[in-house]
Formats: sequence, C-alpha cells, structure tokens
Amino acid sequence: MTEDADSAVAALQERVRKAAHDGEALAITGGGTKSFLGRVSRGTPCSVHAIQGVVHHEPTELVVTVRAGTRLAELESRLAQSGQMLPFEPPALGEGATIGGTIACGLSGPSRPYRGAARDFVLGVRCINGKGEILRFGGEVMKNVAGYDVSRLMAGAMGTLGILTEISLKVLPRPACSQTRAFEMPGEPASELMTSFLGRSLPISAAAYLDGVLRVRLSGSEAAVSPAAGALGGELEAEGDAFWSDLKEHCLDFFSHDSPLWRISLKPQNQLLRLPGKTLIDWGGAQYWVKSDAGFEALSERVMPYGGYITGFGGRDQGARSDVPQDAVMKLNRRLKAAFDPAGILNPGRLLPED
Amino acid sequence: MTELLPPDFLSALQKVLPERVVLRSADERRPYECDGLSGYKALPGVVVLPDCLEQVCLVMRLCQQYSVPVVARGAGTGLSGGATPHPEGVLLSMARFNRILSVDPVACTARVQPGVRNLAISEAVAERGLYYAPDPSSQIACTIGGNVAENAGGVHCLKYGLTVHNVLAAEVVLMGGEVIEIGSEAPDQPGYDLMAAFIGSEGMLGVVTEITVRLLPVPPTAKALMAAFGDVEQAASAVAAIIAAGIIPAGLEMMDTPAIIAAEDFVQAGYPRDAAAILLCELDGTDAEVQTEIESVSSLLFDCGARSVDIARDESERQRFWSGRKNAFPAVGRISPDYYCIDGTIPRRALGEVLLGISELAARAGLRVANVFHAGDGNLHPLILYDSGKPGEFERTEALGAEILQLCVRVGGTITGEHGVGLEKIDQMCVQFGKAELEQFHALKAVFDPEGLLNPGKAVPTLSRCAEFNAMHVHHGELPHPELPRF
Repeated sequence: MTEDADSAVAALQERVRKAAHDGEALAITGGGTKSFLGRVSRGTPCSVHAIQGVVHHEPTELVVTVRAGTRLAELESRLAQSGQMLPFEPPALGEGATIGGTIACGLSGPSRPYRGAARDFVLGVRCINGKGEILRFGGEVMKNVAGYDVSRLMAGAMGTLGILTEISLKVLPRPACSQTRAFEMPGEPASELMTSFLGRSLPISAAAYLDGVLRVRLSGSEAAVSPAAGALGGELEAEGDAFWSDLKEHCLDFFSHDSPLWRISLKPQNQLLRLPGKTLIDWGGAQYWVKSDAGFEALSERVMPYGGYITGFGGRDQGARSDVPQDAVMKLNRRLKAAFDPAGILNPGRLLPED
Repeated sequence: MTELLPPDFLSALQKVLPERVVLRSADERRPYECDGLSGYKALPGVVVLPDCLEQVCLVMRLCQQYSVPVVARGAGTGLSGGATPHPEGVLLSMARFNRILSVDPVACTARVQPGVRNLAISEAVAERGLYYAPDPSSQIACTIGGNVAENAGGVHCLKYGLTVHNVLAAEVVLMGGEVIEIGSEAPDQPGYDLMAAFIGSEGMLGVVTEITVRLLPVPPTAKALMAAFGDVEQAASAVAAIIAAGIIPAGLEMMDTPAIIAAEDFVQAGYPRDAAAILLCELDGTDAEVQTEIESVSSLLFDCGARSVDIARDESERQRFWSGRKNAFPAVGRISPDYYCIDGTIPRRALGEVLLGISELAARAGLRVANVFHAGDGNLHPLILYDSGKPGEFERTEALGAEILQLCVRVGGTITGEHGVGLEKIDQMCVQFGKAELEQFHALKAVFDPEGLLNPGKAVPTLSRCAEFNAMHVHHGELPHPELPRF
C-alpha cells in the first residue's frame, strides 16, 4: 500500500510538472461527491484516488495522518475503533467522499460552532503545488509555529493552491453519551434561545431549527449530559442521532424540495432572519439553509446588512453565484494563488473567478 | 541621533506625524532595543508610537516609499527576538492601541485594539461570565497583537485551542498603507483563509490594528490534582492513559526534578522534592462532570504508578498547585545567574527518548537543564541554566539549545511550539524545512510585502543562509559529505 501510494504521488507530481510546462489546466478530483460545489472550473480530470491509506494513528496523541485519497467513511470507522472521531463532523455528501476532498472543500457539520471547523483541526499537510514540487507543512503535533500556517490555508482552498496528498488532523474522543432535546416554538424565540447557548456553560454540540421545532444536541460524559438535559428542558427526541446525521448529509426531506439550495453564513443573531423560501437554521443561528427561487440578488440584499455570505449549493451553474472576496482582499487572493500555482493550472476558476 | 535612516524619510515622517509619536534620541529609543530574548539587541533607527489608524497608514506608506524596514512591537515579551529592532528601520510600537472597542454579549465576541493586554480582555468581560481562552504565561503583560503575530498558546490550549482558534477577524494595514479586513464573524468567508496565514506570521505580512476575539463562558467548576512519580516514563504513560480514557483535561503539565526543586524553593507550592516528575492536571466543567473525571483520573494515575495523588481541596490550594508551575521560569532564574528557555514540540511517545537525549547533550556541554512540559500537547520547555559572566558559556548554551531543537525535529516534532522563530531559531528552520518549502514561504511573504520591508531577516531564512548553515551542520542526522571518512 505504502509503495503504491508513493508511486502514485510520484506519478501525480510528474503529471503536474508536465501540465505546468504545457499550461494545461487540471481538474483535481477525489470521490467526486462535492463536484457541484464552487464555481465552474475547467481542466483534464486528475484523480488522487490511488493515494490511499491511514499512515499513522496514535490515539493517545489525538492525531491521525492519512493519505488524501482515503475514503472519509474508512477513516471515520478506523477512528471509531479507538473511540475517536473527526470533531468537525464533515459532511460526506456521498459514499465516495475522500478526506482530501473534505479538507479541500472545508465543509463542517452541525458541531462546528461548538467544537470548531475543518480548518481548526488541520495540523499538517503534504501537497504538490502548481510547480509540481512536493511540499510538507506543519506536522503531527498540536503546537507548531515554525513557518507560515500553510496547512490551514489549504482547508477550503478547493485544491487551487496545491493538490493535497497527505493530511494530519487532530482528533477527539467520541462523547460517551449524546441526547437530543426538542422544543416546539416559533422562530423568533428559537433564534434567541439558540444564540444564548454561546454564553452558557452547557455541553451543547449542535442546535438547529426546522418546521417549528428547535433541536439541541448534548454530548459528553453521562455526568455532564444528564443534568444539562434537565436544565434545558424540552422533550427527549428518540431519533436524535438520525436527525443530525441526515442534516449533515442533506438527507432530510427539507433538502429534497425542488428549488435551488443556498447556504448563508452569518454572525450569530438573536433575531430571526426572514428569507424568501423554505429555511432550516443550523449552527445555532450562524448558518441558514434556504430552498428558494428568489435568486442570488434578492437573497444577497436580505443578507448583506448582517455581514453574511451566500454560497450556491445546488448545482454547477448556481455555484458561480456565490459571494467572492471584495476588492483589495480579492487582489491578495489572486496573488496568493499565483504564489502557489504560477501557471494557474490547479482547478482554475473553482474558488475565484478567472480574470 | 538617527543617522542610519534616510534624512528625507525622517523629515517626511516628522512632517506628517505629531511630535509626541516620534522618538528620535538614543535615550528614548534605548528601551526598545530588545524583546524578551535580551541576548539580541539593536537600537532602532527611529521609534514611532502611533495613536490612531491614520498614523499607522502614514508610517507604512512612507516606509514603502523610502524602502525603510518596519518592525511592529506589542509589549515586547516575546522570547524569540521577533520584535528585535532593525537599526536602519522603524520600530512601530502599538502600545497606544490599548482600548477594548466593543463587546458583543450575543455573539460572544470582543473587538479590541492590538495593544490590549491578553488578561485585560478576560478581566473586562468577567462580569458577563465570559473569558478569552488562550493564556500564555506572560498574559498579564503580553498584548493580543503580539499573540496574533506569534499564535500564542498557554496551558489550556489542548482543550480550548491556540490564538488561531480564538481570533475571528482583524483589521490589517499592509505595507504601503492600504487597510483591509481579514477573517469574519460569519463563518467561512469567501476566498482563502487569510486569517490562517496572518496568525503566527511574526509581523512579516502586515500590521494588525484591530482584532475580533471569540469569548467563551467561564466553566462553573475547575479542580486541580497533582501526582508524583518516581519515574518520568511513568508520568508520560499516565498522560497517555488519561487521553486514551477519553478525558481532555483543561491543563496537563509535567515538571522534572530540577524544575520541581527550583519551584518549591521559590513559592512553596507543596511539590514533593524527591519526585522524578510531577503531573498537574486541571479538569473543568459542571460540578458533576468534574467530580466524575477527578475520580477517573486519580485511579488512572495510580494505575500508572503514581506515588501519590493530591486533589486540591479548595480554590486556594488549586492556585497554590499552579503557582509552582506558573513561577517555574523565575524560580529557575533564582538558582542560576541566567537561563535560556527552549520551545520544541514532540510527539509525546518520544518524551522518554528526548529527555534522555537532553540530559546526555547537557552533560556533554557541561550545563544543567530543568524541564517543564505542556504534557497534553507535547510542548517541551527545557530551561538551560548558565552564567553569562563566564566566557563562552552563552555560546555553549545556544549551541545546546540548537541541538535540543534538532533532536525534536528528528523525533517528528518541531523547533517551536509557541514562541516563534524570530531571530533565535532561524538557522533551525533550515533543519525543519527544505528548499522548496522555504521558497514557498518567501513567495507567500511576497504576496503581502514584495519588497521585504516588514520584519526583515526574521522567521524564514534565506536559501543562502541555509546553504551556509547546512554546510557546517549535521542535517537530518547525516553529516555533510558522508562519503568522506571521519576519525
């Protein structure tokens, strides 16, 4: 396996070198489960599929190092055997999802406001930049300030700065106990209640509001969860875990609605943001999923006053209708891309519109 | 006077800035000649103490125009020479940017200026039951701006993260004077994660002028316990056992015999002087949660061979347990004329090997070492005791420090966990990174500062410096020219 992976990395490096020389765009793919995300890109498909395997997992150090083409499900089941998990609950959005694609897309699941985002758990990477150089940043330790934090910069960069080949992540113990409390209530007080959790010492790991029901997940030791459930009140939801998993994987009925899906992220508000369309509030009020035919401009107008961002989540054409960095920051973004990929061959246009 | 700067530049600076913010005489500049790494000194060309954003922009514009280097400085508590001045440059002290601008109790964030002290943030929001989590040991003095530059850690970062996990957004002045906002209070802003690039960038990319930090609720209960071991390996295995049991302590610290004795002599924390190692473990959360974890941890510690386990009976005893650890550096300062603090991180499984390696290297150098260790996250702080009055001893100390860091890299660790590279560890960067990575770092720097005027000569070595260094030193355990016979 190791030899296969090493030769696959060497072959990929050669492929990138040649493409850089020829100015040939490469469309980097893992499991292809998030190919609808981001802007319309172009290029010859270039897969990390052969770069497979968990390199190293040391449960007592809370660190796992894994090759980019490893399936997310395989990694998660390996961690589960040691009673551990990826704390940011990454959405797979399909069976073939790889850990490389997961980090490149930088998506985080329901636990994000309480445990952290994908980028927060990246400790180190090996990658191939647009010049075909194999680079290693960060490492397998929690604290490391040698050099710029390039590993974290790779999270959410959608492969446009480098092709990830190996990633080291901080992992955490799976909570011994988890339960979901449900509250039937209107949107306004639900928004207020969800936001108030940020300032309270409760073992909350998710909070979402859909169809008049606020659901709150408590996770931790039995000694932490039981008293917190009593303090919170609400009804015990029998199928709580299934709800969070379906939310994370976009399998709730809400997501099957015909209208395009938009993702809106915003600073936590203690008031309800009313949007045209059907709405699911996640991340304790910091993320709204919206099924709406209203279009990008109409939604943008509603979200702008709250300093929020819109991402098209419904399909290739819609991806191009996402917020992009403004002016001076966009200029830095473009120069950063050029610093890692001078020939502009790695997923061109996927994250930033091409010039 | 400030003869090392272009005269045109100085007169332009004085024309646009009020007199009170420009310090020109040698006496006024002297207090800025070093940071916490006092072995490195340089008198800055000129010191500017701006009191508003506009003045920072003017300085950055003029420095760009006249190609004058800029070194930004917070409280100057850094330990790697990151704020050592440039003799031909501006030392930009952010000390007057010392206001907490706003607190948002709903989103649990605060917007602060970079010169605000780390602890002052927690003090200001304590009445709301909130605090700012990263707590470097210099937190009463160090500033949040410096914390951003260095990605400061502290004893609680295994559970609550580093600066990079607790800062959401920042206003930054770029070289040339342009002002941008990076990061965001809304999650996942479009484009690249520039905040990740800026945090820990050691003042090489821009000057931070406002910072939005995340605040956390103060846990209702915190309890500490102390375990004594007759053997360092046992203490290390106890740390692994606690984490394997699914418990993430708020703090988990280890000290070895020389550090224990020095701390005990200084503050009488109640540490057993004859232990080979002690572990301090803090657990926080709700009362019931903490009670259960205290019981689990105690029995794990005994299972791993702890000679004794003491649980702090009350808050004052908890404070006393920590006082020894928090005063470990000054305590070591009392038993030796000077000490030099090293900051490597290692995979914890290599602890025994590294401690043994350190004691062998120290014996060979004829120097004593005391070790304090953020055991939960593998961040080791060997303190080398030396006497700067004895000729050649500082040089031997620096050489020993470099060897210890190279040992950390060899076992899969890093040359700096939380103090930064600065000037101090610039040569060891050549051990940790190869040519391609260093070139990538330089390319990233050039995105923000193409002329290399911000904090020149720090953090990332030039390739020619590394070529020279590697020609003289062992690299990755191999001697240069391994084909040559050596006797």
